[in-house]
Amino acid sequence: MKILVFVKQVPDTDTVKLDPVTGNLRREGVVSTVNPADLNAVEAALRLKEARGGTVTAVTMGPPQAAEVLKKALALGCDDAYLLSDRAFGGADTLATAYTLSRAAEKIGDYDLLLFGRNAVDGDTAQTGPATAAFLDLPQVTLVSSLELRDSWLYCERTLEERIELVRVKLPAVVCVCREINTPRYPTLMNIMKASKKPLTVWGAADIEADTAQTGGKGSPSSTKKVFEPEKRNTDTVYFSGSAEEMAAQFADLLENQHLL
Amino acid sequence: MQKDNVQGIWIFAEQENGALHPAVFELLAKAQELKAHNGEAITAVLLGDQVEALAPALIAAGADGVLLAEEENLAAYSARPYQQALTQLAEKYCPSILLYPATPMGRDLAPRMMVSLHTGLTADAIDLGFDEDGVFYQTTPGYGGSILAHIVILEKRPQMATVRTGLFAPLQPDPQRTGEIRRESVSVELDDSYELLGCEPKVVSGVPIDKAEILVSGGRGIKDEAELALLRELADAMGAEIASSRPLVDGGLLPHSKQIGQSGATVKPKLIVNVAISGSVQYQIGMNGAACIVSINKAAGSPIFDISHYGAVADFKSLVPAMTAEIKKRKA
Repeated sequence: MKILVFVKQVPDTDTVKLDPVTGNLRREGVVSTVNPADLNAVEAALRLKEARGGTVTAVTMGPPQAAEVLKKALALGCDDAYLLSDRAFGGADTLATAYTLSRAAEKIGDYDLLLFGRNAVDGDTAQTGPATAAFLDLPQVTLVSSLELRDSWLYCERTLEERIELVRVKLPAVVCVCREINTPRYPTLMNIMKASKKPLTVWGAADIEADTAQTGGKGSPSSTKKVFEPEKRNTDTVYFSGSAEEMAAQFADLLENQHLL
Repeated sequence: MQKDNVQGIWIFAEQENGALHPAVFELLAKAQELKAHNGEAITAVLLGDQVEALAPALIAAGADGVLLAEEENLAAYSARPYQQALTQLAEKYCPSILLYPATPMGRDLAPRMMVSLHTGLTADAIDLGFDEDGVFYQTTPGYGGSILAHIVILEKRPQMATVRTGLFAPLQPDPQRTGEIRRESVSVELDDSYELLGCEPKVVSGVPIDKAEILVSGGRGIKDEAELALLRELADAMGAEIASSRPLVDGGLLPHSKQIGQSGATVKPKLIVNVAISGSVQYQIGMNGAACIVSINKAAGSPIFDISHYGAVADFKSLVPAMTAEIKKRKA
């Protein structure tokens, strides 16, 4: 079984600020990490491999330093990795990103399963997985909170708004997993040492035969017109005061006044 | 699809098992504002099998017309048949705007439509409108929610977005409203590689957070299970449910069903107690419909206080147990 797992490098913070002078995003000092849900996708891939045999290939698109997330994936137990890196890929929206990922999947070839994390914490679109499935005309299962392979069918539980849905999908397919599906492992010392010997290939647009009119900013129908900090709505906040016990009493008074006690 | 000769505001009228998703009515209400600006008719697109009976409710809730495509292969939702049907309709009529509720189904289908129609799709928009240049924009909280962005789709059509649910009030249904219900035939292949086997109600501990009257919500300042237990004890004493901002879910302390804002729920309790939450935009949007907001944070300058009715600048590790004790004492 050949599994491709797609990972993304994201800023390790949710407090990115605008520079008050330039209006640009302040990125200095922001540390990058693997998108949390993608670690669940890697874990799901490794468990399938351990149960059924096969290989797990990690793929990311990004600048050269995005290789870091692939090294992490290799240290966790993925077998090989591809970094899709090209100036022509920069500034991509989810359409252009999914196009690029689908080209890479075609180029790698012979895949049985494409795994994605449910959403990335930076853009939080949850669109790249399903859009990649559409480019490859594959069926997809989103919001997957458990999965099990039987014959060539993947049995998945989907966690929806008010119910759990059980579906099965025939491979090859795209599956997007939730955080609840598993607890990601930590890399072992042995795997960290092995990781440096595993193949990590860098591919540009030509390597995956991508039409650069469809990649990056040029291939992106949507764009950001402006960014702004939300208006502060000043309510006249009433502050509790005194010791913890005194504040607690003021809080309890509030509950009583609101008939909530 | 290019921008010449496109016309119409389309709403994907999500239905399942013969019931429309409530968010469809929210979108029909929001669409009135868009129509007031661009003068284009609002069409609800209803896909399924034997769902014609749902069409009048869409007209009554603000649609000028309904496109109805009934097909047995559309009886239960699956991505590829729905993608196929909606693509055929969109290519035939060329709408300028196509909106989906940001529900599990909407967010499953819309990205595939983006590929089929080769256009842009904004995820989980919290507002829509036309800016000073007359350009249709979708507002999304970006970069983790500390800032907002206007996303635009300048050249391609339809301009598409999934739209956050629970933010817009539906219109009062008006059974006197009239509109055309147009039946469309679509050709849809059964997807024999995808099968819905069954479903069961989600087992959630307690009341879902969007239905709870009182919430105790924890944020980044909660470091471990022991600290979370202090919040659970307060919630138990108050008869409240536990909720959280994103970090506790990302960190695995709480399941996604407890998350307010962003990919989580929009809540409107009578009272919410925010503990060690700084208050990202995403979180604020998710809970500022609460009737009474109480926030506890060590940092006096924390943005959460800007939207709170009551605040306590204090360390929750001492204040929360004191609150629990005080409530237990008064209840005794």
